[in-house]
Amino acid sequence: MSKIFETPLYPYQRSADQDASQPVRHPVIVIGAGPIGLGAAIDLAQQDVPVLVLDDNDKVSWGSRAICFAKRPLEILDRLGCGDPMVDKGVVWNTGKVFFDERQVYGFNLLPEEGHRRPAFINLQQYYFELYLYERLRELEAEGKPVQIRGGNKVVSVTPKDDYVALTVDTPDGPYQLETDWLIACDGAGSPTRAMMGLDFIGRVFEDNFLIADVVMKADFPTERWFWFDPPFNRNQSALLHKQPDDVWRIDLQLGWDIDKEEEKKPENVIPRLKAMLGPDVEFDLEWVSIYTFQCRRMEKFRHGRVIFAGDAAHQVSPFGARGANSGLQDTDNLIWKLKLVMDGKAPESLLDTYDWERVYGADENILNSSRSTDFITPKSEVSRQFRDAVLDLSETYEFARPFVNSGRLSVPCTYDGSPLNGPDAAGLPVRTRPGSPAVDAPVSGGWLLDRLGDKFQLLAINTEVPANLEEGGIAIEGLSLSTGDDPSGALKDRYLGKAASAVYLMRPDQHVAARWTAYDETAVRAALNTATGRA
Amino acid sequence: MAHLNTSANIAGPDDFYAELLATHEGLSKAESDALNARLILLLANHIGDRAVLTEALAAAAHAPGGDKA
Repeated sequence: MSKIFETPLYPYQRSADQDASQPVRHPVIVIGAGPIGLGAAIDLAQQDVPVLVLDDNDKVSWGSRAICFAKRPLEILDRLGCGDPMVDKGVVWNTGKVFFDERQVYGFNLLPEEGHRRPAFINLQQYYFELYLYERLRELEAEGKPVQIRGGNKVVSVTPKDDYVALTVDTPDGPYQLETDWLIACDGAGSPTRAMMGLDFIGRVFEDNFLIADVVMKADFPTERWFWFDPPFNRNQSALLHKQPDDVWRIDLQLGWDIDKEEEKKPENVIPRLKAMLGPDVEFDLEWVSIYTFQCRRMEKFRHGRVIFAGDAAHQVSPFGARGANSGLQDTDNLIWKLKLVMDGKAPESLLDTYDWERVYGADENILNSSRSTDFITPKSEVSRQFRDAVLDLSETYEFARPFVNSGRLSVPCTYDGSPLNGPDAAGLPVRTRPGSPAVDAPVSGGWLLDRLGDKFQLLAINTEVPANLEEGGIAIEGLSLSTGDDPSGALKDRYLGKAASAVYLMRPDQHVAARWTAYDETAVRAALNTATGRA
Repeated sequence: MAHLNTSANIAGPDDFYAELLATHEGLSKAESDALNARLILLLANHIGDRAVLTEALAAAAHAPGGDKA
């Protein structure tokens, strides 16, 4: 059985900062070495921004926790240089089945579109996810990139000052002081940073408990997502079965509100439930058991001066739809390039308020979807249950009812419609790549489009010429010219040209579209760059 | 844009009304409620037009006897 989550990876070591006579000032400190904190640190280090990660622990995630990683975060991981180990280890799945009572009501296939490097989803235990991020961070450190991680470092006070943040950090050797120009809090749903700053975290509590049991078994269940509404083995509740690597299976059983959590977690109570579900003959070992309740909520603002919140620290959703870690990685993807421009003096500090705008928009979308899934899975009134059951009954026979079935609307990337950073759009180009959208992958000349985008502003030109290098107010724009000859499958045309003969896209460092035209216009490009960097 | 048709639109209204009641005959309250829910979903899908459905929901909620002001 995998026990990598019990092995210390970055045990406490005394640092020179603890012996300094004055608190040492760092450019960026990240609190929390979970998926989001590690993602932020890698992004910063790759771009030579010195970063220090503080974590009160020294190991990867306890238990598998987040297991479902969507395509867009995998693309972000490619930009961070660690997509391959995730996808190589992860389980790719496309088929789902929905059961109601004793019957299978229907099955679905995610039918992933052709012409993308990454699959729609992989399942991977959070401990592997964090391990591969951690290994990437160490690799960058070995290459001489300015990144440090300190385990056993618990931040116990956060004091925002005018142009820096003062921290007190507790360690096995006692407390010490640090200062940082910028603080990124990725310390999870229970964020101590948020509490220490007395900030709100308002939302809706769902009165329900779910039992997660990860079991190791050699079972011949297929690699599919199975979801039950009101099954015989868990009456009036839901259940989920999903495969992870190493013959680990995620089982998620809804328990209701009035339960004794400590009792329900005991193996003598968990095992009979699992036997009722899996059948009496299936042999399994329990790897990890947890009971969770959840809320759908977010902070009113994610940026508080020089303290910036990301991931679950900033927003929390139900697990249905895999929108937790997946949206957190999109937070730091959005934040880091902006922070670097501000730190380099190339963009005003107000650019960071667009992190707030864009990711609050993303969080609201996730909270909306997640709340709706939860209301379907756990109807809150008699009439709500009647309609839910009517949908499930009809879905067995009638195709029309299936889109109503909501066992989690799986995470899709957020398009920042209406963002203050968006520049002009051109009529006739495909809707899916409008300003605010993440770039859509496509095979180009033996490689992938997304592998050629990111970390800088770029002009993607299709069937037209743009300068190889352009500079506006100290920010470089690199030209990337492609033509129909680079597009054997026609996917580039479908996704970026539509009916137009040519197109020019201004791409942000996070691979989102800033603006687009059907022909190159230098003045318009310069103006759009200023808009996209908060300088307009 | 299409609007909710609130003029008389069913030929043989008495026949339809009788058929509606007959469909519920012999059902318990819970079974009838479930049937109504299925019926609403089937009809809503047939109409399809989102604006018309919104008008229908509002018309039902605001009709005399409806609780919503």
